[in-house]
Amino acid sequence: MKVLLSWLREFAPFPADDPVALGDAMSDLGMAVESIERIGEGLGGIVVARVLALRAHPGADKIQLVDVDAGDGEALQICCGAFNMAEGDLVPLATLGTVMPDGMEISRRKLRGEWSNGMLCSGRELGLGDDHSGIFIVTPAAQAAQGSGPAPGTPITEALGITPDVLYDLEINPNRPDAMSVAGVARDLAARLGLPFAIPEPQVELVPGDAAARISVEILDPDLCGRFHARVIDGVKVEPSPPWIAERLSALGMRPINNVVDASNYVMLELGQPNHTYDLAELPGGALRVRWARDGERITTLDEVERTLMGGRDGVIADADDVAVGIAGVMGGASTEISEATTSVLLECAWWQPMAVAVSSKHLGLRSEASARFERGTDPDIVELAARRLAELLAPSGARLVEGAVTVDGDLPGRAPVTVRTDRVNLLLGIDLAPEEIPQLLGPIGFGVQPGDDDRTFSVVVPTFRPDTTTETDVIEEIARHHGYSRIPKRVPTSVQTGSLTPRQRDRRTIRQVLVGLGVHEAMPLPFLAPGDLARTGLPAEAVTLTNPLAAEESVLRTSLRPGLLRAVAYNESHRTDGVSLFEIGKVFGVPKPGATLPDEREHLAVVLAGREAPAAVQVWEVLHRTLGLPGPGIDQSRPPAGLHPGRSGLLTVDSEVVGEVGEVDPGVLDDLGIRERVGWLQLDVGAVLARPHGEHPYRPISRYPSSDLDLAFEVTETVPASHVAAAIRGAAGALLVELSLFDVFRGAPVPEGRRSLAYRLRLQAADHTLTDDEITAVREAVVATVEANLPATLRA
Amino acid sequence: MTDDITRTVQRIAAEAPGRVAAAATLEELRAVEGELLGKKGELTALKKGMGALDPEARRAAGQAMNEVRASVEAAIAARRTDLEGAARALTLAAERLDLTEAVEHRQRGSLHLVTQTMDRLVDVFVGMGFTVAEGPEVETDWYNFEALNIPAAHPARGMWDTLYVDLGDPETVLLRTHTSPVQIRVMTDGEPPIYAVMPGRVYRRDTADASHMPVFHQIEGLVVDRGISFADLAGTLEAFTSAYFGGSIHSRLRPSYFPFTEPSAEYDINCIFCEGRGCRTCGQTGWLELGGCGMVHPNVLRNVGLDAEEWTGFAFGFGLDRLALMRHGVDDIREMFTGDVRFLEQFPA
Repeated sequence: MKVLLSWLREFAPFPADDPVALGDAMSDLGMAVESIERIGEGLGGIVVARVLALRAHPGADKIQLVDVDAGDGEALQICCGAFNMAEGDLVPLATLGTVMPDGMEISRRKLRGEWSNGMLCSGRELGLGDDHSGIFIVTPAAQAAQGSGPAPGTPITEALGITPDVLYDLEINPNRPDAMSVAGVARDLAARLGLPFAIPEPQVELVPGDAAARISVEILDPDLCGRFHARVIDGVKVEPSPPWIAERLSALGMRPINNVVDASNYVMLELGQPNHTYDLAELPGGALRVRWARDGERITTLDEVERTLMGGRDGVIADADDVAVGIAGVMGGASTEISEATTSVLLECAWWQPMAVAVSSKHLGLRSEASARFERGTDPDIVELAARRLAELLAPSGARLVEGAVTVDGDLPGRAPVTVRTDRVNLLLGIDLAPEEIPQLLGPIGFGVQPGDDDRTFSVVVPTFRPDTTTETDVIEEIARHHGYSRIPKRVPTSVQTGSLTPRQRDRRTIRQVLVGLGVHEAMPLPFLAPGDLARTGLPAEAVTLTNPLAAEESVLRTSLRPGLLRAVAYNESHRTDGVSLFEIGKVFGVPKPGATLPDEREHLAVVLAGREAPAAVQVWEVLHRTLGLPGPGIDQSRPPAGLHPGRSGLLTVDSEVVGEVGEVDPGVLDDLGIRERVGWLQLDVGAVLARPHGEHPYRPISRYPSSDLDLAFEVTETVPASHVAAAIRGAAGALLVELSLFDVFRGAPVPEGRRSLAYRLRLQAADHTLTDDEITAVREAVVATVEANLPATLRA
Repeated sequence: MTDDITRTVQRIAAEAPGRVAAAATLEELRAVEGELLGKKGELTALKKGMGALDPEARRAAGQAMNEVRASVEAAIAARRTDLEGAARALTLAAERLDLTEAVEHRQRGSLHLVTQTMDRLVDVFVGMGFTVAEGPEVETDWYNFEALNIPAAHPARGMWDTLYVDLGDPETVLLRTHTSPVQIRVMTDGEPPIYAVMPGRVYRRDTADASHMPVFHQIEGLVVDRGISFADLAGTLEAFTSAYFGGSIHSRLRPSYFPFTEPSAEYDINCIFCEGRGCRTCGQTGWLELGGCGMVHPNVLRNVGLDAEEWTGFAFGFGLDRLALMRHGVDDIREMFTGDVRFLEQFPA
């Protein structure tokens, strides 16, 4: 919502000398000032000039040479990039030395070899609205030729009647329908500054007659329309608006059209009451019927678009023949549009059910200044004043308001008084207001404050322009706003609890630190996938999809972190960064489990090690499970996970429960994704892992007695995992075994095909004595016997 | 006979230093040591001839011999130390490395900027007595909107461009548009007093550009207790602001609107670049908008079964991606999410 300081000053005597302070007050009231623009500033060097001749620029197509008379009768050459002016037009010329509102200084300079002695200005450059499509034409040649328009050399501010003004762009919150109007902003601001506020009474000359005899209104569906106020204006002559109206509309971002449309918009901006004008001659019998649309009902709206309406969703205003002539609260129909031929107008000022307009404008995709205001809730009590204000604005063109009016009410929201307790106000805000301060804060913004059940309680009547305010808390917010948020003390509540992370959150941090220590960078790819991404990654395609994705490539919710991380690997490779190590901890989304509403959402950890093979990923798993203290970690290669190298991957288990997968990404998948390097892969279901008992790191006393090493190499059939051999050794060696390491793996002669040699070093140590040769021999014999007896393995000589 | 022995001893004593010094290597020194002191050495040989001497002479010769032996041993030991030192110096010299010509590099990984920022924020709140709660990223309409006092077709729903998930009835399951549904879960699952922060990932139907992503991150705070007031909210945010941004940065609240809080406020902080003096980043205002906050709306309390007369509370929330970007002067949010290691490794901590 934009407001002009001069416009605000029509409602309260705001000081004009400090626009910034005024802006701060508006921000502090919750009408945040997004920008302050000083209109008319920097226009000092701009004068009216007459276009004498237009000539092609010899060296450029996109600019032309314009000779102008800036008042001294001499031809002054200007280079100009606009082509919308004609010889004889009066245009604004920024003379040499002018500093434009945006800070640019106009100097004499050559453009493609031709001198330019100034600059012709667009509307935007003058600070008059947003039009930058061409040069602002002060007076067209035809009119200038008849002697109208200012003389060349006249300062533009004088020619256009521009008085210095300040334009505020305000951000209005949805709960402030009252602030969607200049008068509403003024009321709030005046209350804060302690200034008297009043909406001036329109000065309208009525023509005798009886509007009620010429028009009629019937509300068939009272749940659609709360109030319909209709009046008749005769003597309408469609013509351009007076400049001051056009300028104000332009400043607030609305394009001036003609006096009728402009007056309608002016009233909406000023009082917050959207309204509609019908060409009365086009309305059979002047009758209007307000009702819900019928399914499939059609209407051509003012923008010349034929629209199909939905029953129960859209409201219409229909004529006597029950043909829709407007969509309630959204847009008028083309058939009754004001035209050059219009002489009499039916003026509609209505209160529409906010939700009805919200639904209708949303499903029609038609949002307008009017629908935005109706959606938030307009003031049903301002319709009469708004109609007279519009008539007042149209009066200079000869239009006259006809005596009499038709006002029909449908369902209007009830307005029960709100009980407000001083103690509740103070408790919620943490302040210490005396009861008498509450009426002082609420009164100036139109709230009627009456004594309540006791001397600390009030019965508050909310004004009709504040439909958002219905509860005690709503009123307390108003008290807080006008008391001033900045005056509320800052206090820190004393929490009775101690702050902490959950065990899961601590473990997650541990996991991240482990990975960072291992040289892995954390990445955060987007969790959206394109259809086919999962299949391309070798994963099952079944996934949850979005109803309204921004793009098809972002329409599938990931079931795995793999596609995203592999995309990141490919991205890095394509930017000549090989060998990246990345991890992510993030949510993946499976289809809902039977009976569940929400997807099977899980937190996964995944690691990609580009340029590394499966064992590197296994090492990461080992460091992780040791750090987390996970008992019974294992790798099960009997069921290779989807999309991974079938011979180099397996499921990760903790105490036989599957918690993830490890290995290498299937080279075929990598080929498809254009990834050149091998990629080591680790994935954990964080929830499943951390659900296992873990984190115990019991102390194992360190023996003071010497240890002895025992090296044993076994020939083992390929199909038997080394982990089985290690488990057999551990079981047989018993308590004396303090460390077991696989230190050599060997394939080839003399080891027969289908077997490999696994060489283990057993470090043996007793807690309470030095081991004897006999003890070591006994361990050796037990281990060899157990391994050979239980596994297809033999001790190598 | 005595004279012979004496002469020999004297000769050995005279020659020994030169012979020891002439040994150029440890091996040569060992040879010299053998010749002089060894079992077949000269002094040992002399000793064997002493048996023929009378006791007087034998004692004198023995004494002389012992003195020579001691001095020879000392000379050899000294020479050995020298030679060993020289040999070690040679080895060390041969082992010289140019420490700047390293070929292999060891690198620590890095936490994502969002994680770093989230951890820092969470740590400050934990220090202030808050617990940390989390919730699902795919939510029902109830948790994301209805329970938060945003009924269906409420105009305020337009404040969030929601991504809906194709499950159940249309527009009933969605990607959470804010971390606020976790508030509902915390209040539903637990009992006041509640002092919790809720960090997490949120989604909007927003085209990615330099300052927007369809996926971003927020942290949300919720306090519900007896007697909690707007002043407590203002004080908590002020305490957080100076703890996180530094003592010279202060906060302010401006009236605003959110369906789930009332009174509602925008939460601004002094611009962290100019400390409030006004600069390009803050549009000369001296303030940066950080997020929204307010007193928990009575309807929200009622929706989770709490008596809004007995319990009051406040909530606040703000985006943390922008904080991460601001801290390091990154001007395009999309950079954070490409997985480009050249970006990630710039922020090791």
